[in-house]
Amino acid sequence: MKKISFLLNGESRAIYVAANETLLEVLRDRMGTKSPKCGCDSGDCGACTVMLNNKTVRSCLVFAIETDGQEIITLEGISKNGLSPLQKMFLERNVFQCGYCAPGMILSATELINNNPHPTLHEIKEAIAGNLCRCTGYTPVVEAILEITKQEV
Amino acid sequence: MAIPYEFAYEKPATLDLAIKLLGEHGKNARLLAGGTDLANQMKQGFRVPQLLIDIKGIHELEVIRMVANELHIGALVTFNDIRSSRLIREKANILHEAAGMVASTGVRNRATMVGNICSAVACMDSATPLLVHESVVHTLSANGEKKYPIQDWFIDNRKTAIQDDEIVTHVSIPIPEEKYAGAYQKMMRYSGEDLSQSNVSVLMLSDKQFRVAFGSVGPIPKRSPKIEKLLHSEGISKETIDKAKAMIETVIAPITDVRATKEYRMHMTKVMFERALNTAMERYKQPRVISY
Repeated sequence: MKKISFLLNGESRAIYVAANETLLEVLRDRMGTKSPKCGCDSGDCGACTVMLNNKTVRSCLVFAIETDGQEIITLEGISKNGLSPLQKMFLERNVFQCGYCAPGMILSATELINNNPHPTLHEIKEAIAGNLCRCTGYTPVVEAILEITKQEV
Repeated sequence: MAIPYEFAYEKPATLDLAIKLLGEHGKNARLLAGGTDLANQMKQGFRVPQLLIDIKGIHELEVIRMVANELHIGALVTFNDIRSSRLIREKANILHEAAGMVASTGVRNRATMVGNICSAVACMDSATPLLVHESVVHTLSANGEKKYPIQDWFIDNRKTAIQDDEIVTHVSIPIPEEKYAGAYQKMMRYSGEDLSQSNVSVLMLSDKQFRVAFGSVGPIPKRSPKIEKLLHSEGISKETIDKAKAMIETVIAPITDVRATKEYRMHMTKVMFERALNTAMERYKQPRVISY
């Protein structure tokens, strides 16, 4: 076991981890951060998405031990001071059904908007292409992102 | 799911320390950059390294730069670094184009190009762009530097020419001095996560000079000197393209798997070859190397 420390949603945290623990397990099972979910456990579905140093990553493919000294933001961090405008738009339009993909979807869309405040339809689709959803058919999600990014013009 | 066995982890701060560790542990160690492929392989038991050597602390491996007329891409450069590099977009548009089709943003933020060619899974996206650019893989070990021309790098599916004590520092991509344009074609069911069922890169250097490479349609990606020669000796016409497409049957050896049948791959590779050729020629007509 090795002691690592990182910034989790703005708070300094430290924990002992074994090299074979994934970031997803440590966040969910040992630190109580439940927004990243285990879907495919192989990097395809995007349910486990978190931000590592402001970039979305698959936490099921990151070894927790790698994140020593880094910064992690999960959905809990995005809505720490109330829902973000993007989340409010998602809520208003009722875009999600079961919500399993929602944390990953929101983080991917947040990363997109951070880097590119007024994305094209194609850019939106590309940004969330790695977040699989079995309920929505994606259209409501895409439309909500399009609307929120147009509003800010 | 945790990786189902215990192993050690080291994060050396310098290349020298990494090489020393690799020299000591050899086969039992595995280098870790993005880990998107390695973590999966370890979960599934395909690889069981006893030591992971995390190279992300070695900042000299993050390089993207021109050295004379070669573009150097370091071992830590991710596919999204490639996507956001103006230099790569201008100098090696095929690679830039291919990088955008690798899995999803969340994977591209971690997965590196060098990791892609070191994992050397047959369906990798970066191999054919590197092949048509006649790139060179640079490694370092306690015995010094070594250079592998990319056409000698791939040995088999998931097998490269690298030795156990070597670390890939970077890939150098010679940028042609003459005008050139390239195009990448990838066949997949949908974007966002899918692996390629077939991919084609074409680099056009003049009206009669083309380089052509096929990926995901055999155990290793390869260039086709035969097709390149045909295009060179006969020039581009409908007849030549048809001849070249027929020739593809003798060049590639696709298999049937869960993603596509070999017949479909064969058919589509011909179509994609023609598309890549046409796109490269279209781009070649543009006044300068343009971005996509």
